[in-house]
Amino acid sequence: MIAELGLAALWLATALAVLQIVSGVLGLRAGEKGAALAIYARPAAVVQAFLAVLAFFLLLWAFAITDLSIKLVATNSHSMKPMLYKLTGTWGNHEGSMLLWVAVLALSGGLLAGLERRLPHKTMSATLAVQGFVALGFYAFLLLSSNPFERLPIPAVEGTGLNPLLQDIGLAIHPPTLYVGYVGLSVAFSLAMGALIAKQVTPDFAKVMRPWVLFAWVFLTLGITAGSYWAYYELGWGGWWFWDPVENSSLMPWLAATALLHSVSVLAARDALRTWTIMLGVLAFSMSMLGTFLVRSGVLTSVHAFAVDPERGSFILLLLGLYIGGALAIFAVRAGSITEGKRFSVTSRESALVFNNVMLSAILAIVLLGTLYPLLTEAFDVRVSVGPPYFNPAGAIFAIPMFIVMGVGPLLRWKQDKPARIQFELSLIAAVAIAVVSVVAILGDYSILAVLGLALSVALGIAAFLPLRGRKIGRVPLATWGMIMAHFGVAVSLFGMASESAFTEERLAAVTPGSTEQLGDWNIELMGVDPVAGPNWTAVEARLAVSRGDEEPTIINPQARNFWAPAQATSESALVTRWDGQLYAVIGEQSEDGRWQLRVWWKPFVTFIWYGGLLISLGGVLSIVGRVRLDLKRRSAVRKGKARRDDKAALSGAPQPEPAE
Amino acid sequence: MIRTVLLMLAIIAAPLSAQDTMPPAPYAYTQLEDPALEAKATELMSTLRCLKCQSQAINDSDAPMAGDMRHQVRTKILAGEEPEAIRAWLVDRYGDYVSYQPEVSSTTWPLFAVPALLILVALLILLRRVGKRRMEGDE
Repeated sequence: MIAELGLAALWLATALAVLQIVSGVLGLRAGEKGAALAIYARPAAVVQAFLAVLAFFLLLWAFAITDLSIKLVATNSHSMKPMLYKLTGTWGNHEGSMLLWVAVLALSGGLLAGLERRLPHKTMSATLAVQGFVALGFYAFLLLSSNPFERLPIPAVEGTGLNPLLQDIGLAIHPPTLYVGYVGLSVAFSLAMGALIAKQVTPDFAKVMRPWVLFAWVFLTLGITAGSYWAYYELGWGGWWFWDPVENSSLMPWLAATALLHSVSVLAARDALRTWTIMLGVLAFSMSMLGTFLVRSGVLTSVHAFAVDPERGSFILLLLGLYIGGALAIFAVRAGSITEGKRFSVTSRESALVFNNVMLSAILAIVLLGTLYPLLTEAFDVRVSVGPPYFNPAGAIFAIPMFIVMGVGPLLRWKQDKPARIQFELSLIAAVAIAVVSVVAILGDYSILAVLGLALSVALGIAAFLPLRGRKIGRVPLATWGMIMAHFGVAVSLFGMASESAFTEERLAAVTPGSTEQLGDWNIELMGVDPVAGPNWTAVEARLAVSRGDEEPTIINPQARNFWAPAQATSESALVTRWDGQLYAVIGEQSEDGRWQLRVWWKPFVTFIWYGGLLISLGGVLSIVGRVRLDLKRRSAVRKGKARRDDKAALSGAPQPEPAE
Repeated sequence: MIRTVLLMLAIIAAPLSAQDTMPPAPYAYTQLEDPALEAKATELMSTLRCLKCQSQAINDSDAPMAGDMRHQVRTKILAGEEPEAIRAWLVDRYGDYVSYQPEVSSTTWPLFAVPALLILVALLILLRRVGKRRMEGDE
């Protein structure tokens, strides 16, 4: 019954998406009066949201009770799995994760339709029509080529299980957060298209769009941060970013959304960068869809695998072409009708933001090229590897100027400014950067990118707080704190990355129980190795006594796990977190002479990478709260003013005689 | 008859299964004594691809093949070979695919041309905007 209910809910939602499109288009035609059908767009979106979310919860329920008559459950779950991983397994596979994608898409469309009251009727109708159109494509994809509710003719006796790497709390958080971000950008896309179609690219529109972009961006940031930390502790070698195509597909929308976020702020505050905002709105969601295509089409495992079973891939590719092509076509037709907006001089905050938007777009282009190029050549049977040695320097060409402008930009005034006004701040930032470079150069011989990263991060960390100079701390708006926090977060994260790459110490050894290894100022003693068992795995667990200098030893227990359904080995690293870094320990196999492979790293300030990510997200949240609070205050002020005027009118009108009936 | 087939299968299968059960080579999971040599090896290993994994360098992977390659690299470094010579030897054996180090060739030139083009385009966009502003500022 569950499966059929879910399927019915999805089909109903699809029908409502069609209604939403028709109604939205009619609303656009009829103008302010509205045709009879035009009033259905909003309710259609809201009810659709309920239905799609319901379908997702039904699948979640099927996984919870391990309903083995459903094909998806049978191929991805196992009755012996812990409950948490039964639930998270719902989105640990293609169909389930696409259903989650669609549910989030419908939910954000429903929220937009239900909450947004400020937009002109025309823009709103166009926006809802576009949102419905996007949703329709993905419903079709889900129902026609990846039905999550397909039944098996004969229920399976036992499920095949979930990839052990995915049986981790990281998987519980990472994909849903990322999807909220990915798909939240669909609202930005629809709004941008709506404003473009209705020719109303105004600051008021930007103010409506901003919280949505911020919201999606916060979740993307959190998703990427969580994903990076998951890869770090789960893969067992201490790497936290691999420039893997899957990672890149989450980074690309983030880069576009970051640029969009800044652009939309300029539009809201200064009525400039209109075309940029629309273009970036299209780009951001295009990157989300491209990411979905890369991850979901199978093209990454091998172009040839994709060629053998191209149904799903071609479907997404078709949607991708339809939406991006359509958006660009509308943009081309309408671009002439929106002017660029207010002007500004070279040394102004707007210019700094334009500069960084160009840099972010260039970094995005590099990541896109590096991700797609190997796939392109593979189609011609030439295999090329593009990895960190390419992405790091090529990205740095644009990232370094960006970080410098990022430090200076917020200090500049809108519209026009003189560099001489911020002389003190400029020299302070430069002095700090130079000082760090020289200190690090004295310390040792490190790669140039790491040294630059350290210098820029420290300078940026200080620069982030300089906008507060000369202001009353208590009166700084919350949104400004948000910006400061996010920029400081970038500095913190950059510091962690540079420090990890420059100062990491590594010790790989074969050790006998009872012996002690040295790593920097850490002592690591292998006390013993014991067998342990979990609900669906067995493992060897090492008891390591680790101590730094003369302190009391801490006992940590890295494990080498063997899962049995499906059969796979994973290493569970053990971490000791200190304020200035992390000790990372992994136990490997036993060699024939009875010694155990032990891998230990000391990674100074590595945690700052993820603290930085959290700070960036916090900045986004502060900004949303600040903006929304300000907006509510303004709205209530307007309401009160109106009420007072009405009262006055009523008072002055009272003595007048009523018109005779 | 069946017995002969089984025997033959066993003979064919034996080397395959032996590979997975064989203990890893000594330098797969152990560092070189000399920190300078080890640093050299690490730098090289982080730019070599683990052919059996997805987007991982050989010093990021548990795959047996990555372990073998680490052993090869460390042994050769210890024998005094230069990292670039080892890279060339590996590329010779496994193809360009094994190396992450970007090198300009007939198949990779777009990877270098596009960033250069990007710099130009970025400069052009910025100059155009800046130039326009200056003129407007004069008005």
